[in-house]
Amino acid sequence: MNSIINVHDLDLSVQGKQLFKNLTFEIPTNKLTCITGENGVGKTTLIKYLLSTFEHPDNHITLDVAPKETQYVPQLRNLDDEFPLSIRDFVGLGLKKAVFPWHTAEERLLLRRVLDETSLKTIQNRPLGAASGGEKQRAFLAQALCAEPQLLILDESTASLDKDSKYVLMDLIEQLVQTSEITVLFITHDPDLITRYADYELRLAHQKGHLLRKDKSSHVTI
Amino acid sequence: MLQFDFMRYAFIAGIFISLICGIMGTFVVARQTSFFTHTLSEIGFSGATFGIFIGISPLYGMIIFTLASAFFIGLSGERLSRREASISVFSGVFIGLGILFLSLSNKQANYATNILFGSIVGINITNLYSLIWLSIFILIIITIFFRQLTYNSFDAIGSQYNQRYNTLISIIFLGLLALTISITAQIIGSLLIFVLLTIPASAAKYFVHSLKKMIFLTTIFSLFGIWFGLYLAYLTDWPVSFFITVIEAVIYATSIFYQRIAALH
Repeated sequence: MNSIINVHDLDLSVQGKQLFKNLTFEIPTNKLTCITGENGVGKTTLIKYLLSTFEHPDNHITLDVAPKETQYVPQLRNLDDEFPLSIRDFVGLGLKKAVFPWHTAEERLLLRRVLDETSLKTIQNRPLGAASGGEKQRAFLAQALCAEPQLLILDESTASLDKDSKYVLMDLIEQLVQTSEITVLFITHDPDLITRYADYELRLAHQKGHLLRKDKSSHVTI
Repeated sequence: MLQFDFMRYAFIAGIFISLICGIMGTFVVARQTSFFTHTLSEIGFSGATFGIFIGISPLYGMIIFTLASAFFIGLSGERLSRREASISVFSGVFIGLGILFLSLSNKQANYATNILFGSIVGINITNLYSLIWLSIFILIIITIFFRQLTYNSFDAIGSQYNQRYNTLISIIFLGLLALTISITAQIIGSLLIFVLLTIPASAAKYFVHSLKKMIFLTTIFSLFGIWFGLYLAYLTDWPVSFFITVIEAVIYATSIFYQRIAALH
């Protein structure tokens, strides 16, 4: 099994509270791994710590991916109803290859493809503030995809969505893993989504983590 | 009207000020830091009086004070500048300092009025040159970091995780804002700078939603306000900042009205 993230014997505490002790796990490359655990167990903290090791390396952590190939989609973004920028321009903020103030022909092509993949094409000129919860999450995902990541980390991206929107988003993510050799880490609380979509589950509890292989084929479609 | 040098200088300065406010205003409104902008302009006021006090140009005094504060706030985190209490403390202390420097320098009161409220005859040829050079400098820096500044302004949380050197970009933004305030104060005065840095961009966002169009429309709104304001001030001999403020307020009211109408359909 190739792994994109390798953590061994990691101790992590935040403000004097020990979150993990001798934490050891691997995240398989090009698979969808769900990270689960009770509230407060340290899922988001762990992810943020992993990301911070790009700048301050830690001997206990090996990341087989470059910083610019990693995209983190945070749980909350402070965008209100009046957020003026169009969905297209917001998604385009993720384009980082060129340095010019304008988008190159190649970038415009990529942007068009991403908007198409995430079904945002028809509403691309609408202000993001006026979009629904599901549309916003798809826009956040699309922005991350514009950076053409190898590692995509989603933090509870489906938490505020209704059932249908959840499945639309997850189908899209599943398809990405299959077609574009991307590795997805997905922090979630939703057992239904884990059963349906996860290749692996990293279960965090009692300061430890266990990686479990999931058998997606066994899930029953209702 | 254009046979007077000072009117020509003011009209030319208006072009550069609106260009800068078009871009920086769009970023300021996206970052929702209008009140901080106001504080920075009060810091600019005390910088200008400090300049008079030690005998250098008020413009350079402003630049020193606003840049130093921008750098300090950038390092200590922008969150500090959004706290209501810190804003009050900063505003109070710097206005106090401004009054002190002014009193120590024994200048007439109309000097203070010019700095605070702006003046139609405030710009001479030397001021105009420094204003143009500064504007060109700001535009070059914006061009180099345009993408990073846009990401940093429109998606503070996303850029925090996915943009490298994001803190440095925030500091660059604050530095640019400090310079913008220093040059904009020349016409409209430090007390009313936020009028040009926030109202045109706030109005533009109701009409258009692409970044390019927002910057373009904000620039047009600022330029219209400054030029028409200068013209009316020339005709009536009333303060130019009064007219600019009223024109921008009317533009903003129109945009709200437009949005209500658009929402009905």
